[in-house]
Amino acid sequence: MIPLAAYLVLSAALLAIGVWGALTRRSALGILMAIELILNAANINLIAFARHVRGVDATGGPMFALFVMAIAAGAAAVGLSIVICIYRNHRTVDVDRINLMKW
Amino acid sequence: MLILFGRRIGRASGLVAVAASTAAGVIALPLAWRVLDTPEAATLTWSFEWLRWGDQTMRMGVLVDPPAALLLFVVTVTGTLIQVYSTGYMAGHPRYSRFFAYVSLFMAGMLGLVVADNLLLLFVSWEIMGLCSYFLIGFFFEKPSAAAAGLKAFITTRIGDVGLMLGMILLWWTAGTLRFEELAAFMAGHPVATGALTAAALLIFVGTIGKSAQFPLHVWLPDAMEGPTPVSALIHAATMVAAGVYLVARTFMLFQALPVACSAVAWVGGITALMAACIAPAQTDIKRVLAYSTISQLGYMVMALGVGAYAAGLFHLMTHAFFKALLFLGAGAVIHGFHHVQDMRQMGGLRRKMPVTFATMAIATLAIAGVPPLAGFWSKDEILLSAYHASRPLWVLGTVTAGLTAFYMFRLLLMTFFGEQRDKHIHAHESPAVMTIPLVILAVFAALAGLPGSPWMGMWLQRALHVPWLHPHEVEPSRFVMGLSVLVAGAGIGAAALMYGPRPVISPARLAERFAPVHRASLNKFYFDELYLAAVVNPAKRLAAALWRTDQRLVDGAVNGAGLSAWLSAKAQGLFDKWVVDGLVNLAGAIVHAASAVTRRAQTGLVENYMLMAATGVLALAYFTWWNTG
Repeated sequence: MIPLAAYLVLSAALLAIGVWGALTRRSALGILMAIELILNAANINLIAFARHVRGVDATGGPMFALFVMAIAAGAAAVGLSIVICIYRNHRTVDVDRINLMKW
Repeated sequence: MLILFGRRIGRASGLVAVAASTAAGVIALPLAWRVLDTPEAATLTWSFEWLRWGDQTMRMGVLVDPPAALLLFVVTVTGTLIQVYSTGYMAGHPRYSRFFAYVSLFMAGMLGLVVADNLLLLFVSWEIMGLCSYFLIGFFFEKPSAAAAGLKAFITTRIGDVGLMLGMILLWWTAGTLRFEELAAFMAGHPVATGALTAAALLIFVGTIGKSAQFPLHVWLPDAMEGPTPVSALIHAATMVAAGVYLVARTFMLFQALPVACSAVAWVGGITALMAACIAPAQTDIKRVLAYSTISQLGYMVMALGVGAYAAGLFHLMTHAFFKALLFLGAGAVIHGFHHVQDMRQMGGLRRKMPVTFATMAIATLAIAGVPPLAGFWSKDEILLSAYHASRPLWVLGTVTAGLTAFYMFRLLLMTFFGEQRDKHIHAHESPAVMTIPLVILAVFAALAGLPGSPWMGMWLQRALHVPWLHPHEVEPSRFVMGLSVLVAGAGIGAAALMYGPRPVISPARLAERFAPVHRASLNKFYFDELYLAAVVNPAKRLAAALWRTDQRLVDGAVNGAGLSAWLSAKAQGLFDKWVVDGLVNLAGAIVHAASAVTRRAQTGLVENYMLMAATGVLALAYFTWWNTG
């Protein structure tokens, strides 16, 4: 069996890549993708713990991961539609050039 | 393994599609042969765990038993030939490659359905085929009638699909499995019929009714003839509509234990066979005649399964696939060579102009009419024999249908190929070799496919099709049944020759006048479309309109009333607000404004800055937590 630590390292790496991506990307699409990476890092953790930690209900982890996936799909859909709207109005998805939310 | 066959769409030129399905055939044929040729029912299975939920496990995989092997053979052979033919038929069409993409996807779905080892996988493939069928019927979507026909087919078969899905759920609930092998074991352990099982079987059969265009959901198939002719041959004659029959054969372990379900199946099949055979003689569109003939023959197969003649039903499925594919491709060649005119009343005398098409069509017509020793004779006779032993009324239905089949098929042949060409303006020509060669190969199959099931080869096919869970079903051969069916077929051919031959003895027009009500009913397909329009479509539309009106008047009225009263009270409050509340608010606002002048510098409006703040915050929190606990 693959040790728990391996999963955690993978997940931490994914998280780091995701956070790095979300902070540095300038394309809104790239940011959305990076956020998906972060969510998946969390999913790996959930499933790994459900599998390895004794005395935990083994179905809870995967179930929760499935919820995360479903909600991530919803969030991605909303995010993408926002991006499309922004693109239609501004002809760009470069977040450096969008400051609609400024006071 | 097998499921991966045709799934090479995308880079879809005709050659790739043909090559893919040929490859599928090359892999499938030795496999089919190995399964069919071993004396004990050999099966190849392979599966993997797909989903596990609590203590329930869902496996999926492939199961190639003798019926599946037979279908693999039929589907790959006819599919490949039809695709070769299509490269000629569709040549020069702007959506040429899209056509082959759909056809390849369809082939993949069909092969997946054939080898699926559980109902769920079968259902998935079933839906893939339904989708492809919809795309291909509506392929000429510039024509509104084609688009409408696609929709109609999709919606009508969807009724059947819902039935199939409910049946699957009920079956899962009762038997706890959807895999065919486990179902067989389950049924062997529970020989007594229960209500839930019967309901499940009947619901599954509703799926068959939809897909195989059985009465009363047959209305979509004739309209489906709006699609390109090779598609009609592949999907709506040889393979997809046979999938419904195959579904019953696959779940036959259920049906054979449930007499009620069985007789329902048999009667639906018998009624369909006769009804479609009654409609066909009045149609003038060459493809519609073939469509009704297909419905009728499918009725035959369903009836065969209903009376317990498992092998005979599948045998007829195979022979029918060959000769009906041939008939449709022949009709396609006629239409192609006759400048896309489909009305038989304008044709005639094409025998000399299209000799190859004529010869192959003649063989197919003889085969479907049940003239010995061609393919249709053996399988049809087998079914009639089983019906004779199971239920006399069904046998009478079947025999009458056989006579009508011979009649309308020869009517088609005579009107198209004999006599004088009625519309002289059209210059007919023979099709290119890429279209005639598949015709010739299929003609060989149509002529010889019956032999493996004939007494001359010792009923080899019937023995090869045996599966372990099947109850033995032996019927005494009867010279009377066989003789009568040949006689009836002969009578049908004779009647057709008298009415539509080069020198007609009986005028069809006079006959139609004499039996005007019957003729009108037949011409209008027994008013099924009108009935559905009146009984289902229009009420649904009216309901929608009524609901809309309710919305418009009642709901909108209430909303408007509420709005008006709210507006009046708001007016009063507004005065109070303006002087008293606003003063307070403005004061508060002024304070906040002053404060925010400092803090709003953080609101840059740039996403990165917000995200950076969030990340920093999280890091800080993590650090404090660690600091506190450590």
